[in-house]
Amino acid sequence: MNIYLDHVATNPLHPEVLEAMMPYFREHYGNPLSLYEPGMKAREAIETARAATASLINAKPKEIVFTASGAESNNFAVKGIAYANQNKGKHVIVSKIEHHSVLNTARFLEKQGFAVTYLPVDKYGTVNPADIEKAITKETILISVIHASPEIGTIQPIEEIGRIARQKGVIFHTDAVASVGNIPVDVQSLNADLVSFTAHQFYGPKGAAALYVKEGVRIVPLVYGGIQEGGRRAGTENVPAIVGMGRAAELAKRDLKKRVDHVRALRDKIIDCALKIDKALLTGHPEKRLPGHASFVVEYIEGEAMLLLLAAKGIYSASGSACSSKALKASPVLISIGIPAHVAQGSVVFTLGETITEDDITYFTEIFPAVISRLREISPYAKGWEGTEGPTCTAQK
Amino acid sequence: MLVSEAQIELETDGRLKFLDSPMQADSTTDIIYMMCPMHLLTIEDQIKVLQPGEVLAILTDYDGALEDIPAWCAKTGNDFLGIFEDSDHYKFYIRKKTR
Repeated sequence: MNIYLDHVATNPLHPEVLEAMMPYFREHYGNPLSLYEPGMKAREAIETARAATASLINAKPKEIVFTASGAESNNFAVKGIAYANQNKGKHVIVSKIEHHSVLNTARFLEKQGFAVTYLPVDKYGTVNPADIEKAITKETILISVIHASPEIGTIQPIEEIGRIARQKGVIFHTDAVASVGNIPVDVQSLNADLVSFTAHQFYGPKGAAALYVKEGVRIVPLVYGGIQEGGRRAGTENVPAIVGMGRAAELAKRDLKKRVDHVRALRDKIIDCALKIDKALLTGHPEKRLPGHASFVVEYIEGEAMLLLLAAKGIYSASGSACSSKALKASPVLISIGIPAHVAQGSVVFTLGETITEDDITYFTEIFPAVISRLREISPYAKGWEGTEGPTCTAQK
Repeated sequence: MLVSEAQIELETDGRLKFLDSPMQADSTTDIIYMMCPMHLLTIEDQIKVLQPGEVLAILTDYDGALEDIPAWCAKTGNDFLGIFEDSDHYKFYIRKKTR
C-alpha cells in the first residue's frame, strides 16, 4: 500500500490535463511567434490558457505572465518591483517565514544596496498586520508576505496586509504557490498587486507557473529578449505546460469546493491521531491553515528517521523545508514560531490531495503511532532532552 | 538627462520634436522597462483601437524609441506630435491618421 501524503511538494498530473497537453507535444508543436498555422494554433492555445489561469484568481488575462516555476515568479516579483521603484525608495519588507525564493532574493537585494525588514511571526506563524504598518517608512517600495506556508500550513491575513499596503501606497506581493488551487484565491479581495502561483500545486504540470501583475504596475523583466509575455518574460514558451496549467486551472475552479471538503475531513483525522501521541505538537495555526495540511513536531525523535520508517510502510511525507532535510539545519520557519532547534528536528508534514481515501487514512492512523513508538524505543532521548537546551517544546499544543 | 548626443543629432533632421509640457491624450499606454520591439508592437496594437484623429501617448524608457517611433509614424502616415521628456521616461504623442 502506497499513500502519497506530500501534495505540497508536488502533485500528479490530472488525466484531463495530460490529455489537453498531448496535442501540443505531437501535432501543434509550432513556435507561438510563427505566422503560419502551427504557430497560430500554439499562440491561440496560450491565450486560452491565460484566460483560464486568470479566471482562477479573478484577474484579467493580460495581468498573467507565465513563468517556469513559483521560484521564478517570486524572483521576478521581488527583483522586478525593487528595480522598477528604486528611485522612489530602497526599503523592502518581507516576513521571516517566506519561501527561500523570496528570502534569498531579499538577501540578494541587500547586497545591491536595498534595506530589508524581516518581520517576526507569532507562535502560529502569523504576521501581525500592525507590525507591517509600523515597519513602513517613506522609503518602502515593496511588501512581500507569503499567503500560506507550505511548511506549517498557516494562512496569513493577506487581505488586511494588502489593505494597509494600498493605503500607504506600497506595492504588495504575495507568494500564493501553496494556496492557489487549494483554497479560493481572489486577487481583488486580497488587495494584492502581484501574486505568484504554480500549476503543479493543482494537478498541472511542473514547468508552468505564473505571476499576476496588476494592470498599471511597472516591473523590470528578469529575462530580456523577444516579445513573449508582452516583453515581460522573453523565451520561447513551454506551450504544452502552459496549456496544462490552463486546463488544471479550469479543473481547480470547477472542483475547488469538493477538493477542499474532501481533504479537510481527512486532514482532521490525521491531526486527531497525531495529537493523541505524547509530546506531538501541531505546528502552524489550528484553524487558519490549508485544508489539506497537517504538520507536527514530535519530540525525542529525529524527523528523517520518521520519514524513512513511514516510507518503508508506504507512507510518503516530508520533514518540512529543504534546510532541515538536506542541510540538517533547523528550519527557519519552525525557529521563527518558537520551536527549539532540537525539537524542530522532529518535524513532519503530511499534505493531502483529492485521491487520498478514508482507507488510506485508516492505514495511516495504524502506522504512524507505531512508527513513533518504535523510534522512541531506540532514541537516546526517549526519556527526555538530557544534555540539550530547554527541557521541552514551548509551542502551544 | 536621458538624451544622448547621438539622439540630439537626430533632432536636427527635423523628426524629433520635444515638448515643454505633457499633452492631453485619448489613450495612454505604459511600457516602461519593456525593450525593443515592444514599443512598435504596442503602438500598432493601440492605434488600431483609437478613432481617427485621436491621440495616443506611449510611455517608455527605451532610448531606441527616439528613432523608431518618429520613423514608424512617417512610414505609416500617422502624425507624430512630439516627445515630452519626463524625469525617468519619455512620453511620445501620436495622432491617428484620419484616413
